[in-house]
Amino acid sequence: MLVNQFLIVAALLFAMGTYGLLVRRNTVMILLSVELMLNAVNINLVAFEAYLRTSEAIGQVFSLFVITIAAAEVGIGLAIVLMIFRNRQSANVDEYNLMKF
Amino acid sequence: MTDLLVFAAEEGAHGGSFSEGGFFADTAGIMLISPFVAFLLIIWLGKQLKNDGAEFAIGAMAVNLVWASVLFFQNMTEGIVREVHFEIANIGLFEGRELIFELGWMVDGLSIMMYWVVSFVGLLVFIYAVGYMHGDRRVPWFFAAFSLFAGSMLILVGAPNLIQLIIGWEGVGLASYLLIGFYWEDIENVKAGNKAFLTNKVADVGLILGAILVGLAIGDFSFPAISEAAAAGNESLGAVAAAGGLLLFFGAMGKSAQFPFHIWLPDAMAGPTPVSALMHAATMVTAGIYLMARTFPLYQAFAEEAGIRPIMVTIGVITLFAMGLLALVADDIKKVLAYSTVSQLGYMMTAVAAGGYTAGLFHLFTHAFFKALLFLGAGSVIHAVHSNNMSDMGGLRKDMPKTFWTFVIGSVSLAGIIPFAGFFSKDEILATLDHEGYVGFMWVAIAGAFVTAFYMTRAVALTFFGTYKGHGHPHESPAIMTTPLIILAVPSVLAGFLNVPGLKLGSFGNFTDWLGARVVPMGDYHPESLDWALAAYGLTAGVGGIVIGWLLFAPDRDTQGERDRVEIPVLYPLLRRKYYVDDAALGLVGFTSGPLARATDWFNTYVLDNIVNGVGGAVRLAGRFVYNGLDQRGIDGIFNGLSAVADSAGSSLRKLQTGRVQQYATSVVIAALVLVIVVVIIQ
Repeated sequence: MLVNQFLIVAALLFAMGTYGLLVRRNTVMILLSVELMLNAVNINLVAFEAYLRTSEAIGQVFSLFVITIAAAEVGIGLAIVLMIFRNRQSANVDEYNLMKF
Repeated sequence: MTDLLVFAAEEGAHGGSFSEGGFFADTAGIMLISPFVAFLLIIWLGKQLKNDGAEFAIGAMAVNLVWASVLFFQNMTEGIVREVHFEIANIGLFEGRELIFELGWMVDGLSIMMYWVVSFVGLLVFIYAVGYMHGDRRVPWFFAAFSLFAGSMLILVGAPNLIQLIIGWEGVGLASYLLIGFYWEDIENVKAGNKAFLTNKVADVGLILGAILVGLAIGDFSFPAISEAAAAGNESLGAVAAAGGLLLFFGAMGKSAQFPFHIWLPDAMAGPTPVSALMHAATMVTAGIYLMARTFPLYQAFAEEAGIRPIMVTIGVITLFAMGLLALVADDIKKVLAYSTVSQLGYMMTAVAAGGYTAGLFHLFTHAFFKALLFLGAGSVIHAVHSNNMSDMGGLRKDMPKTFWTFVIGSVSLAGIIPFAGFFSKDEILATLDHEGYVGFMWVAIAGAFVTAFYMTRAVALTFFGTYKGHGHPHESPAIMTTPLIILAVPSVLAGFLNVPGLKLGSFGNFTDWLGARVVPMGDYHPESLDWALAAYGLTAGVGGIVIGWLLFAPDRDTQGERDRVEIPVLYPLLRRKYYVDDAALGLVGFTSGPLARATDWFNTYVLDNIVNGVGGAVRLAGRFVYNGLDQRGIDGIFNGLSAVADSAGSSLRKLQTGRVQQYATSVVIAALVLVIVVVIIQ
């Protein structure tokens, strides 16, 4: 079995996620981009697991953890975005600049 | 040399074998420490307590009395000789021997007797003082200094070596200075304190030099070592015995107010009366006698050969007779008692100097009771009539019966009437003088007994008989003051029976045996039985004094004041001016110290001050240079520069903190990329 096609897909997905992370201004879209990057990682993990066939299925287990963490992260992230939106009537990440000097 | 030593084997109740004592001897140091604990507690808490801290002072003395009584009893039954010491410091080498500074406590016959006397009299005087000082100024401080006084005396009598003795000695001097000048608002009292302190200081030089001389001669300052060296006839000790013995005696003369150092004691009456009572009975003035008794083996071994005995006896006899006469003309009742004390100290010193170890100390023992009783009685009278002068008293026997009867008991005991305590102790001194060959001096001492009886009769007659000449209506003192008087009256009557020649108290032996519990036997003379001829002389002198005094001062009640003013030419002014000794001493001090003081003042003002000012100015200049040049410019510059660098670095770096999340994310991505590229290139 070849692993390349999976890796290419995952790399594309990761690059798209990175692009979205850096250029989108809407915070919800940024969170979506982060999800894309995480899923790209998941594809890699599952692909290598299928390729190497370890007895403990480490790649699949690990990807399950990543999915769990990602869900939690999005839950918290969206809650934060919601609170900020209520205060500022905006989801534009450039306006979130309270932490600068 | 050694064949001159007659160290008679002690045939005491215990056959010359002594025990080490038990628990109470091991812990006797508590007696030395407890008054100092009380001192600190009174200063700390005294003001908040009901009796101004007297509770602590009395408590410490009560503990001490328990310890001293148990030890006294143990010494009666088995005889204790014990020395406990702790090494504090190594002073250094002297001629190849190490000199060690030690502190500790002695527990032997002599120390136990002193512990007991100080604790017993101290406890009663402290209790009395609660009543006497009630409502006075600075009462907590009074009791604090009083505790210090008793504690210093206990340090002194418990000292196992000369150095600790000197520490206690100076502590006693300090405490007495504080207490004599207790009412310091009045300049006279301050002067009295200064006089006492400075007179003592002059004599202290003798003590310190004597201690150094004796201690270095055998390379050990401890009393057991000195006693043993003296008993063994140590030659290097014998070589310095004359000078060392005289110097120690010189020190003892100061504290024990021997002629011509007696001048401080009557002035010391400036303090509160309880202070006088304690000072004259148990602490302070007995210190000199104690020192002579403690170093008695030294004198016993070498004094005869060195020929210093007659000098010491002469001074003692002058003191006992001439100072007794001064009591005849004093109007202040406390001064009568003060001169009486000086005179009785003369008896003690004469006895110890003549070789009567037991005789002198037995008189110290009995004298402590009746003199404390007399002073406390006088204090009670003063408390009632608010005056020290007998010309303001008279006829008090009806108003103050308890004070009157106890005062009479004390007076009769002091006058030496059989069977009161003073008779036996004075008789033993006479017997010792007779036996040691000082017969002439013995007759002077008998004449002194006459004078003693005479002035005490005068004091009793002028105070308690005749008509009252003061103001107001005097009342008997409260029970807290009269109870100590009654308690003290008991030993004033009975203490004499502890040491009747030839009489032993069953298996307990007698006072002679108890005092004989020392490292080496004292070998002093003890009469086998009462010499009735001698006793009759002493008794005749005492009774004669009382009778003549009574005839002179009692019957003519209305004019007794005038009778007292009969002035015998030459003698009266001589006594009034106290033999001009005070004048001579002050004149000597003024004559020598006046020009010396002026020269010192000049030297101080023009030489020392200029040197000090010069040094001070130089230091100021140096300081200014250091401040302006080094500190302000150098050191401050370095730190200012460093902080400026940190400040500018911070303000330029903080611009990176834009607060834009995506810029941070960009940095992270770029950094990750760079890392990946680097890893790839390296592989």
